[in-house]
Amino acid sequence: MSRLPTPVIVILPLALLAGLLASFYFYDPLEPLKAGFPPIEELTIQRLVLTPEGISAQVVNGGPEPVTIAQAQVDEAYWEHRVDPSRTLERLSHATVFIPYPWVEGEPHAVKLVTSTGLTFEKEIPVAVMTPTPSLGFVMIFAILGIYVGVLPVGLGLLWFPALRRTPDRWMDFFLFLTIGLLVFLGVDAVEEALEVTENIPGAYQGIGLLMIGLVGCFLLLTTLEKKVVGDRREISSALPLNLAYMVALGIGLHNLSEGLAIGAAYTLGNVALGTMLVTGFTLHNTTEGLAIVSPVARTDVSLRHLALLGAVGGVPTIFGAWIGGFVYSDVIALLFLAIGAGAIFQVACQIATHMSRRRGGISSLVNIHNFSGLLAGFLIMYATGLFVAM
Amino acid sequence: MKEEQNLQRIHRRDFLKTGAVLGGGFALGAGMHSIAGAQSAVGQGEGSSPHVHPSPQGHSNHTNPHLLTTVGDIAFDGRQPLDPFHYLTAFNECEFPPHSDWYRESRLSSGQLLREYEIFAYDKEIEVAPGIYFPAWTYNGQVPGPTIRATEGDLIKIHFVNQGSHAHTMHFHGFHHANMDGVFEIIAPGKDFTYEFEADPVGLHPYHCHSIPLKRHIHKGLYGVYIVDPKEPRPPAHEMVMMMNGFDTNFDGDNEIYAVNSVAFHHMKNPIPVKLGELVRIFLVNILEFDLLNSFHVHAHFFDVFRTGTRLTPDEYTDTVHFVQGERAIVELRFRFPGQFMFHAHQSEFAELGWMAFFEVREET
Repeated sequence: MSRLPTPVIVILPLALLAGLLASFYFYDPLEPLKAGFPPIEELTIQRLVLTPEGISAQVVNGGPEPVTIAQAQVDEAYWEHRVDPSRTLERLSHATVFIPYPWVEGEPHAVKLVTSTGLTFEKEIPVAVMTPTPSLGFVMIFAILGIYVGVLPVGLGLLWFPALRRTPDRWMDFFLFLTIGLLVFLGVDAVEEALEVTENIPGAYQGIGLLMIGLVGCFLLLTTLEKKVVGDRREISSALPLNLAYMVALGIGLHNLSEGLAIGAAYTLGNVALGTMLVTGFTLHNTTEGLAIVSPVARTDVSLRHLALLGAVGGVPTIFGAWIGGFVYSDVIALLFLAIGAGAIFQVACQIATHMSRRRGGISSLVNIHNFSGLLAGFLIMYATGLFVAM
Repeated sequence: MKEEQNLQRIHRRDFLKTGAVLGGGFALGAGMHSIAGAQSAVGQGEGSSPHVHPSPQGHSNHTNPHLLTTVGDIAFDGRQPLDPFHYLTAFNECEFPPHSDWYRESRLSSGQLLREYEIFAYDKEIEVAPGIYFPAWTYNGQVPGPTIRATEGDLIKIHFVNQGSHAHTMHFHGFHHANMDGVFEIIAPGKDFTYEFEADPVGLHPYHCHSIPLKRHIHKGLYGVYIVDPKEPRPPAHEMVMMMNGFDTNFDGDNEIYAVNSVAFHHMKNPIPVKLGELVRIFLVNILEFDLLNSFHVHAHFFDVFRTGTRLTPDEYTDTVHFVQGERAIVELRFRFPGQFMFHAHQSEFAELGWMAFFEVREET
C-alpha cells in the first residue's frame, strides 16, 4: 500500500464505493423487500403567497421518490389551478401551485394538495393578509418595524451608559453577569425557536443538521475573530473593552437579524397586524440588549461616535432581517438565521465570562453570590419582558 | 386599471394599519400617518369596504362557478371506475369487456324467469378524480358494481367468485334466506359461492360486501344497485342510476372525494342531457361511508320521492331529500324550463369536493 502513489490511495476507496453502488443499482438485492404499493410521499408546502389574484403555494418534494400533484383544494373545495413548472416533482425539486381563490382578508384558510396516490398535504393560513411585495411602501414599513423593535431599543439601552459608569466596582461584575444572563436566555430561546422551525422543514433538508452547522459554525467563526480583535493577552489594554463591546454588539446584531426575520414573517402571516402588544413587547425586550453592549466598556471612556456605532451594529440588522422575513421568507432561511444568531449569542456570553475570569484570575473567582444573582436577574428580566412577546 | 387601483388602495390601508401599530410619538411614523390619512379619505370617497378583498368587482373571474372543480379529465384507459354516462343506464350490463357475458336469462319450466349473473371480486386501481388513483376493491372491475335489475318474482342466481386479496361477500338488501345473506358465508380469496333468491320486494336496493371491517370493504368500492320492478311496470321514463359515493383517498377516515357515480365533478363538466317535459326517473342510492348524511337537490324544479321505491305512490314532493348510508329513493321529475340546472348534495362541503353536477334540458333530442 505504502508504495502506491497518493492519488491512487485516495481514489481507490471511492472507486470501490462507486462499484458497490452500481451493483446495487443494477442487481437490486433489495428487490424481495420492495412492496407493490407506492412509497410514502413527502410533500411540503413551504410558503403561501396571497395576491389579489389568489393563492400561490410554494412546494418542495422532500421524499425519496417523485411526487405528482393531482388536484388542489382550498378550504375543502377543489379549485381550478395551475402548477409550474411541472405537476411531477423529483426529489428536492420545487413547484408553485397557483390557485385563483377569493380569499377573505383577516380570516383563516387552508390549502390542501392531493397527490396521484390520494395522499394529502396541507398548510394553513392563520390570518389571511396580502403578502407584501418589495414595493417602496413595504420596504418602508419593514424598515420602521426594524427600527422600532431593533435600533431604537438598543439605542435606548445604551443610554444607561452614564449610569453604569457611576456603578461602584463591586456592582460592575453583577451587571456583566446580568448581561450574560440576558444573552444565555436569548440563545436558549433562539434554539427553541429553531427546533420548532425544523419541524416544518422537509426531512431531506435535515433541519437539525442545519441548526448544528449554523450554530457551531458561527460560534467558531466568532471565536476566531475574537482572538484576532481582542486577543488572549492577560494585560488589560485600553482598547480591549471597546473591542469586546463590539464583539457583543456583533453577536447581538446577528441575533437581531433573525429576530427581524421572525417579525417580518409574522407580519406576512398576519400576526403583527393582530396587535401592538407584540411590537411593544419586542421593544421592551430589546432595550436590555443595549445594556449588554455597554457593560464591557463601563470603566472606559467611549466617544459618542463609538456608542452610536455600537448601537448600529447591534440594532440595524433587525431592519435587514425584517426585509428578508417579509419578502423572501422560507423556513430554511429562518432556521439558518436563528442558528447563526444563537451561535453568536452563546459565543458572546462565553467571551464576557472568559474575559472576566482572566481579569479576576480564574474561573473559581467568579463563583460568588453577586455574580450568580446577576445571572439570575438577567434571566428574570428576559422572562418578564418576554411575557409581552411570547405567542 | 381597476385592479391596480384596488391594489393601491389596499396597500394604503395596510399602511394605515401599520401606522396604528407603530403608534404616534415617533417622527417617521407620524409622517406616515398624515400621508395615509390623506389617501384613506380617497378610499372612503369611493365607498370601499376594508374587508372585501379580493373584491368581486375587481376580480370577476373569481366568481365563475367553473373555477370550483378538478383540473383535467380522467383517462378512459381501463382504469376509470366506470364510464359515468354508460353507468347511468347500464341495467344488467357490465362496464368492462371481460364481463360482457356476465348475464343470462332463461325461462324455467314453472314459467318463472331465471336471471343468472357472474360476479368476480378483484383489486383494481381506479382513477376517482383526474390524476388521483385509488386502490379499489371492485365487483367486475367497476365501482359501483354493475346494476342488477329484475322484475318482482324472478329467480336470481349470482355466481360469485372472489379473486381479490381479501375475503368478500355479497349482501343484498331484499328478502332472502339466512344462508343467502352474505354475512355468515365469508368467501375467502380463490373461493366462490352462488347466491339464490327471488326478486322481492319491489323497490330500489343496494348490495354490498359484508366482510369485516365493514367500513373498509364498503368504501373501497364493493357496492352496487339492485332494482326490483313491479310486475305492472312503472310508466315509461328516461331512467338513470345514481349512486352517491365518496373516496377516502388518504385513509384518514374522512372522504377526500364525493361524487355521484364515482367520478368527482364529471357531470359538471359533462352535463346529463334530458328532454324538456319528459318524465325523468332517478334510481338514487346513498352508500357514502364516514358521513352521517348525504343529500340530493335539484335547482329550479321539484320532484316526487318514492322512498325505497317500495310503493307506487310518492311520499314527498320536494326539491331536496336526504339519506343515511344505505337509504335510497326513486326520484321522478319533469323539467319545466330549458337550460342548465345544477344538482348536487345540499351539504356544501360534499358539493365542493365533487358531488356537483348539471342537467342540460333541451327542447328536442
